[in-house]
Amino acid sequence: MAFTSSLDTAASPRGVEGRAITGAGASRGSFLRSLRTFLPVVPFVAYVALGLGIPTYIIATLAFQTRAGQFTLHNIKVITSGGQYLLGFETSIKLAFVTALIPGIVGTILAYSIAQSNHEAFKRVLAAASGVLANFGGVNLAFMFVASLGPAGIATAWLSHLHANPYNHGWTLYKFTGVALVYVYFQVPLMVLIITPALNGLRAQWREAASNLGASKWQYWRYVGVPVLTPPVLGSMFLLFGSGFSAYATAEALTGGTFALTPIQIGSILQGNVISGQENVGYALGLGMIVILLASVVGYALLQRRTSKWLRA
Amino acid sequence: MTQAEIGDYFLAERLTSPPPREARPTTPRRRRRPRFGRGIVLAIAALYFLVPLYAAMDFSLKNIQGHFSLSPLTQIAAQPGFGAAVGLSFRLSIVTLVIEMLLMVPTVIYVHLRLPRFRRVMEVITILPIVIPPIVLILGVLQAVRPYQWISSSPYLLAVVYVVLAMPFVYRSLDSGLGALDLKTLVEASRSLGSGWISTMWRVLIPNLRSALLSASVLTLALVFGEFTMAQLDLWTTVPVWIYNSSSNNPHVVTAVAMMFLIAMWLVLTIIVSLDRTHRRTKGQTS
Repeated sequence: MAFTSSLDTAASPRGVEGRAITGAGASRGSFLRSLRTFLPVVPFVAYVALGLGIPTYIIATLAFQTRAGQFTLHNIKVITSGGQYLLGFETSIKLAFVTALIPGIVGTILAYSIAQSNHEAFKRVLAAASGVLANFGGVNLAFMFVASLGPAGIATAWLSHLHANPYNHGWTLYKFTGVALVYVYFQVPLMVLIITPALNGLRAQWREAASNLGASKWQYWRYVGVPVLTPPVLGSMFLLFGSGFSAYATAEALTGGTFALTPIQIGSILQGNVISGQENVGYALGLGMIVILLASVVGYALLQRRTSKWLRA
Repeated sequence: MTQAEIGDYFLAERLTSPPPREARPTTPRRRRRPRFGRGIVLAIAALYFLVPLYAAMDFSLKNIQGHFSLSPLTQIAAQPGFGAAVGLSFRLSIVTLVIEMLLMVPTVIYVHLRLPRFRRVMEVITILPIVIPPIVLILGVLQAVRPYQWISSSPYLLAVVYVVLAMPFVYRSLDSGLGALDLKTLVEASRSLGSGWISTMWRVLIPNLRSALLSASVLTLALVFGEFTMAQLDLWTTVPVWIYNSSSNNPHVVTAVAMMFLIAMWLVLTIIVSLDRTHRRTKGQTS
């Protein structure tokens, strides 16, 4: 795993030093020294292990148990053998993918437009707004969209004045595209928040160097800007994927729990809205989400490694 | 192609392509075009982000006659359960903040100072809370504490978990704040003037990290005051859960509450970001 390998490289120079001095005593000394070096980060690591590791481990074990606590593969079979749960995963992944890709691109363009501005006050107001909106969601957000694009919403009324009422064309706020449109409301600010440091990392010197060498604006973007920004943009999109995939409150409040997303299914199983005795299927669904998201974290970590080479040089 | 031909080719190209001097006068025009494009981008974004806000305002503040009135705002405090929900959210946010800062500030400073190679590990660890779905995390936590009645019946269990949720934002904020400081010089100067670790931290590092700490705090507050999933599953009526539960009783007032919180958070964050800028500018002038 990525953690252990990084830990190894972090510890190794001391280890090598110790061995160079020769003798078991010296290497034990270096072991103690590295133990002392890592001691101050122990509370942090312990907190994460307790607050994140143990709950995750419990979910993973419960996914393989019956209600009575015996080992079983039944839950995994239930969620992987087609039907509503597989559909839930499919819709969730699709929704997370769409609301990572489009807000990722839009957010980057928006963040660049903001970063290029010369008005400091304007930048400050928008930076604050993206910080707040990235954490916004749930009932309030759902309600704002019902009030604007719901069947009786204000924007719907405006559109129907223009003879373009989307409800006459089969569109509704409560299905896939509607929910995706609502997710954009927190995904774009989240993207602006995470990508801005990378945009600030685009050095003015690179642009000057390119233009001194006779490159056009297009060539600058084609050969410098886009290649440098691609890893951080993709990395941030992985985060957006994670955030869209685990979002629960917004879709729950918007559709009243009727939209088949995995988090909503987990919620309704665990709140007893489904036949009892299914709790462990809920845990299996949770495990499924963790597996999918872990894959995206590994992708993120790999991209992060490539990016940092550029931005920290 | 002979050498001469290649030379001619380059010469020809140099002659046909406009000399760079001539390009100069066109630069103002070139500059204006992206500014125009930027205007369009920002206008579309503004439309998308402001229309739902306006719609919610319109819904909550317009009375039956179609006039705006602020009376829903005055009714907020009188709503049953609202005071208790605000109190709970407030206490949770304080406890979360205290644990978060005690845990993260020393760790991140230490890692920057002594263990820079651990930074990548921290980066990955602090990403994890974003990708372990809150709904899954709270289920695991509730299962884990089930045997311990005194933990599972305390609302502060939520604060303990919120610390994990806030970690990504807090870490990034502290990390970039520390990255902007000449940490080693500050610490060495302070230590060589005879101060201990505690006073170095309290009197040198914390004041220098003021803006990073403030923005981390506000993002944490925004998170605690906005978190719904976990509070609902842990059966505690925080502000978002209260809004959810009572939105059918008095939708106008509840929407007003939601808008007030959003705008208040935004104002506070704007002020904090501005403090950061003014601080940096004065520093630039004196040096």
